[in-house]
Amino acid sequence: MDQADHLGKRFAAGGEGTGEELVDSTLELAGEAVSPEVVRILESGIGDLIQPVDLEAFRAWNRAKSKRLEDKRMSEAEAVRRFVRDGDYIGTELYGTVRCPMSLVHEIVRQGKKDLRVAGQGVLELDMLLAAGLVKALDLTYIGLEVYGLSNCLRREVESGRVERCVEWSNASIAWRFQAAAMGVPFIPVRSMLGSDTLKYSAAKVIECPFTGAPVALLPALILDVGLIHVHRADASGNAQIDGISGFAPELARASRRLIISAEEIVETEVIRQRPDRTTIPYYLVDAVVEAPFGSHPGEMCYRYERDEEQIRRWVEASKEPETAAAFLQTYIHGVADHREYLALFGEDRLARLKCKAEGGVS
Amino acid sequence: MNAQPYKPSELLICTAARLMEDGTTAFIGTGIPMLAASLAQRMHAPNLVPIFEFGGTGAILEHLPLAVGGGCTFHRAVAASGIRDIVETAQRGFVEYGFLGGAQIDVYGNLNTTVIGDHDHPKVRLPGSGGGNDVGSHCWRTIVIMPHDRKRFVQHVDFITTPGYLTGPGARERAGLPRGTGPYRVVTTLAVLGFDSISKRMQLLATQPGVSADDVAENTSFELLLGDRVEENPPPSAEELRILREEVDAEHLYI
Repeated sequence: MDQADHLGKRFAAGGEGTGEELVDSTLELAGEAVSPEVVRILESGIGDLIQPVDLEAFRAWNRAKSKRLEDKRMSEAEAVRRFVRDGDYIGTELYGTVRCPMSLVHEIVRQGKKDLRVAGQGVLELDMLLAAGLVKALDLTYIGLEVYGLSNCLRREVESGRVERCVEWSNASIAWRFQAAAMGVPFIPVRSMLGSDTLKYSAAKVIECPFTGAPVALLPALILDVGLIHVHRADASGNAQIDGISGFAPELARASRRLIISAEEIVETEVIRQRPDRTTIPYYLVDAVVEAPFGSHPGEMCYRYERDEEQIRRWVEASKEPETAAAFLQTYIHGVADHREYLALFGEDRLARLKCKAEGGVS
Repeated sequence: MNAQPYKPSELLICTAARLMEDGTTAFIGTGIPMLAASLAQRMHAPNLVPIFEFGGTGAILEHLPLAVGGGCTFHRAVAASGIRDIVETAQRGFVEYGFLGGAQIDVYGNLNTTVIGDHDHPKVRLPGSGGGNDVGSHCWRTIVIMPHDRKRFVQHVDFITTPGYLTGPGARERAGLPRGTGPYRVVTTLAVLGFDSISKRMQLLATQPGVSADDVAENTSFELLLGDRVEENPPPSAEELRILREEVDAEHLYI
């Protein structure tokens, strides 16, 4: 107490007396020939900053968000209708074949949310948005089918120019950009991308480090309009826990203005309170909580179910031509009303077999 | 030597596995690096620590993951974190080896996985950097695994997705990349290549079984330096092939 008071008085005294002198001398400095120190920008990426960095708006938005532990449960349809808009900048986590919010992505396709700008790190989920022609611009690090090769949907949409802009990044750079937003700072310095065309076609800048003099890359914060994350369990207010690797969920959650969580299982808040150390996404970040068992299907969910290889291969084949891709979307998305009907297409036996294979933590 | 017949993919896997040292850290992607790491763990490198981009550290590779974030990448692992932790670990200098593939490579080991043709009007849009640029920027020694032909081994890559030695000696350091890092080996269906310590240009170290140095040169669009002594790699051994076929990829997902 004493020390705090003392510091408080000193601060107040400085404000009245020496503070003004400081202001005056600063002005003088600016007017005289004393050159201020300048940080040198060595290179600027030519890619567009397709989501502007507005930290003050982000802070104001976050201040206005409800901090009440209230029930945010709703269907995929309601969550997407209320929180995703045409032209939004969206991000998904983790990857189309691993703990991915597929039921939410299906719903975005079903509702035809268009002109989306997307943080492009994905497999099936972004492939389907591309196949549906909903993507206008990409901050692109990886879109492909992993072991099954190139994404034909990405090729068609980019080579035709229907995706108007592709701004290049590395995987970690996208996660770092989310981290900058999560920190509430405008950029983050890193040593990826230096010297490459990946940087040249990004919106990053290289500066001479003011501390060491060495070149360092600055990545602009990436604040999402909407983030979509699938988790193992969440309570009704959105406190969310992930088992296994966390990918980039903690960063993406904190970089999102609106956040939709889908969960394999909705649990009582008491379950969360028993192990609060496991909560990577606290409720106040979350706008909607969607119960979605097998929400990552046909992808895997570690410790719960294995990926559905047959269905993944079906998409790999279907995605090769626009007509067959459209037919796939018709059968598995437009032709069913919701995630429950989607799962019914596969049947309980098949889903149960995927569960069995995942036993023992081997997914 | 009466070697068993083997596929080109099996040759790449066995050659890459032999480069993996016991007791080191290796940044592993899916596909051939993953199979090579699994084979190495069962042969000479039981203490190889595989590190996977989305958070798996030190997995026992009993099952083959089809995705870099799949459950097998942290099966019986010592830690399961996230992508930032993994790449920041490499950025701090903890990761010795990184394994990469690519559509094109040039004489300085620069890699392209982004576009064929012009960036804004591409002939072929490829997946992009993924973690490639991060691996190639931060790991001490990068090992590239690729099929070998003139379309892939080119004078200039269309796009430098992942930095090799860029324009030559000192270029990585001038760009601000961590000192002492860069491409170390290129493992191909025809050869094992390295980089001259002075000029940083690619050089032929060894040919694959039955392949001549001329064969390698003919399938490379740029001028290859010759190492002091170009040796011929031994073919995959019966034991390597048995473990690969019966244990590493018993379900023949890749081979």
